Amino acid sequence: MEAIKGLFNLVADPRLFFLLSVVALVLIVWKREAFAKLSVGYGLMGFLTAFFLFGLFDENFVLIIAKPDNVPIVALIFLVVFFTWYSMREAVLNDQRVAAGEDVIEKQESDRVWVWPDLVYTELIALVLCSAVLVVWSIALEAPIEQPANPANTPNPSKAPWYFLGLQEMLVYFDPWLAGVVLPSLIIVGLMAIPYIDTNPKGNGYYTFNERKAEITIFLFGFVILWSSLIVLGTFLRGPNWNFFGPFEYWDVHKLEALNNVQLSEYLWVRGAGTALPDNILVREGVGILLSLAYVTVLPVLLAKTVLKRYYEKMGPTRFYVGAFLFLMMLSLPIKMFSRWLVNLKYVVSIPEWFFNI
Amino acid sequence: MAKAKSIQPQAGALERAWNWLTETQIWTSVFRHDAPLNDRNRVLVMLSNVFLHLHPVRLKKHGVRLRYTWCMGGLSFFLFLVLTFTGVLLMFYYRPTLEYAYSDIVGLREHVPLGIMREMHRWGAHAMVITVWLHMFRVFMTGSYKPPREFNWNVGVIMLVLTLLLSFTGYLLPWDQLAIWAITVGSNMARATPFLGYEGPGASLLAIGDVQLIHAADDARFALLGGTFVGEGALLRFYVLHCVALPLVIGFLMAVHFWRVRKDGGISGPL
Ligand code: HEM
Repeated sequence: MEAIKGLFNLVADPRLFFLLSVVALVLIVWKREAFAKLSVGYGLMGFLTAFFLFGLFDENFVLIIAKPDNVPIVALIFLVVFFTWYSMREAVLNDQRVAAGEDVIEKQESDRVWVWPDLVYTELIALVLCSAVLVVWSIALEAPIEQPANPANTPNPSKAPWYFLGLQEMLVYFDPWLAGVVLPSLIIVGLMAIPYIDTNPKGNGYYTFNERKAEITIFLFGFVILWSSLIVLGTFLRGPNWNFFGPFEYWDVHKLEALNNVQLSEYLWVRGAGTALPDNILVREGVGILLSLAYVTVLPVLLAKTVLKRYYEKMGPTRFYVGAFLFLMMLSLPIKMFSRWLVNLKYVVSIPEWFFNI
Repeated sequence: MAKAKSIQPQAGALERAWNWLTETQIWTSVFRHDAPLNDRNRVLVMLSNVFLHLHPVRLKKHGVRLRYTWCMGGLSFFLFLVLTFTGVLLMFYYRPTLEYAYSDIVGLREHVPLGIMREMHRWGAHAMVITVWLHMFRVFMTGSYKPPREFNWNVGVIMLVLTLLLSFTGYLLPWDQLAIWAITVGSNMARATPFLGYEGPGASLLAIGDVQLIHAADDARFALLGGTFVGEGALLRFYVLHCVALPLVIGFLMAVHFWRVRKDGGISGPL
C-alpha cells in the first residue's frame, strides 16, 4: 500500500511527470498500431478507474480530488485520455484501410441519409443524456461557497480557476509578462494561424495519422501535454507556496524547498569569469540577450537551411518563419523547464530593473 | 397543408382523437405538414422549422456518426443554452454589490428549496469548457480546419477564448474567498503587460519628462478591474461582462459559426 503510494508520489514529481508524458507521447505516435488496440483502450480506462478508486482510500488524495471545483478535472483526465486514444484508433484504422487499398471509412459512408430521423434523434439522445448527467451531478454535489471575500486574508495556495492553471504553472519558469500575457496571446494567435500555416491538402475530413504525422504530433504535444497535463499538475499537485506535493502527500504549509536557482549572467560572470557582475545592464546581460535574439532569428534560418529544408521549400518563407517562430515559442517552455531542472538556471536574461526577465 | 384524413368509424378512440387534433386550426397553424414519415415531409420539416433549419435536409452518413463528430459541438451549444436559462434564473436573485453579492448566493440555498440552478450553472460552465476543448480536438484530428473551413476554425478559436472569459468573469460573482483570490491571481498578470502594465517591461519608457504615463491607477489591470484591486468596480464590471456583453458576442458568433458550417459545405468529409 504505502509502497505504491510512494511510487505514485515519486512519479508525480513535475520532472518525472513531464518526462514520462513526453515518453508516452513518443510511444503513442511511434507504436500507434499497438496503441490503437481495443485492449489498450480498456486498459487505460481501467487503470485510471483503479487509480482513482485506490486513491479514495487515502485521506490526502480525497482532500484534493473531492474539492467540488476539482471534480471536472477528474472528468477531464478520463476524457482527454479516452479521446486521444479514440482519435488515434480511428486514424490508425483508416491508415490500415488505405494501406489495404480500400477507401477511408468516411468515404465508404458517403451516401446520404435523412437528417430526420437519423441526425435529430442522435442529437435528442445526446441532449437527454447530457441533461441527465448534469442534473445528477448538480444534485450530488453542491456548488462551493467559502468564507465571504476578505482582501486581508490571502489563502495559501491562491489558485486561478482550473482552466488557467496551466498558465499559472508556467509562472514557475517564466515571469508574468511572458507566462501571463505574451505566451497566452501567442497560444491564441498560434491556434488561429494553424489553417494558414498547414498547407498539407491531405487528411481533410477524415481521421488519419500517416498523412499528417508532424501536424498531429505537434498538436498532441501542445494540447495533451503542455495544456492538459499542466492543468492536472497545477490543480492536483501544487500545494501551499506552489510547492510540489505528490497525490498522496499531506499539503504541509511549512514544506521547504531549496531555492538555489542561478541567473545566466551569474553563471557567466561570477562563476565563469570569476569577476563581479558588471554595472552596465547590457554588458551584464549581453550574452543572454544575444542568445534569446538568436533563438528567434538565427535559429529559424538555420533550421530552414538544414533539417527543415524540405518544409521550407514546401511552405515558402512567410509560412515557414511564422510557423517556426510559433513552434519555437511553444518549445521555449520545455526548454526553460529542462534548463531549470538540469542546471538550476533561473533566467536567461535578468533585468529586474526593467521588469524584463526571460 | 395537411390533407383531411378520413375518420374511419372502426378506428380506435386514440387514433380518432389524434386525427381530430391534427386537423384543428390551432394544430395546422403550427405544423404545416404531416409527421416526417415520408420523404416529402422529411424535407418540409427541415425547411419549415426555424430550429431544425440549422440542419441540412440530407447529410452524408459519416457526418451523423458519433464516431466522427463526438457530438461535441452540439453539446457545447446545448450547454450554452442551459447556461443561459439557468443564468437568467440566477439573475432574479443576485445583486452585484459588495453588500449583497455573497449573501444572495448563500440565500439562494436557504430560500429556494431543492434549488439546483446554481449547481447546474456552475457545473454546466465547467462542462462547457471541456466540451469546447474536445470539440476543437476533434476538429483538429479530422483535419476539418483545412480549406474551405479556415475561417470557421478562427471563429471557433475566438469562441473558445470567450468561453474561458465567460467562465472567468462568472467565477468572481459569488464574492467568496475562492472567487476574489482566483480573480486576483488571474488579473495580476495584466499588471505585467508589456508597455501597458505598470510592472511590465517597457512601461517605464512611456513617460513625458518625469511623469510616468503608466501607473497602478491607469494600466491594463486597472482597466480590467475598474480599480487597483478586486473590489466593487471589478464586481460590477465582471457582472456586466458576464451577463450581457460576453453572452451577446458569443451568441452572435455562434450564429456565424453555424451558418458557416452550412456554407462551407456541411460537415467535413473526404473530397
Ligand atoms: C462555443 C463553442 C462552440 C460551439 C457551440 C460550436 C458548435 C459547433 C457545431 C454544432 C458544429 C457542427 C459539427 C460538430 O458538432 O462537430 C461545429 C463545427 C465546427 N467547429 Fe465549432 N463550436 C464551438 C467552438 C469551436 C472551436 C473552439 C473551434 C476550433 C478552434 C471550432 C471549429 C469548428 C469547425 C472548423 C467546424 C466545422 C467542422 C466540420 O465541418 O467537420 N468550433 N461547431
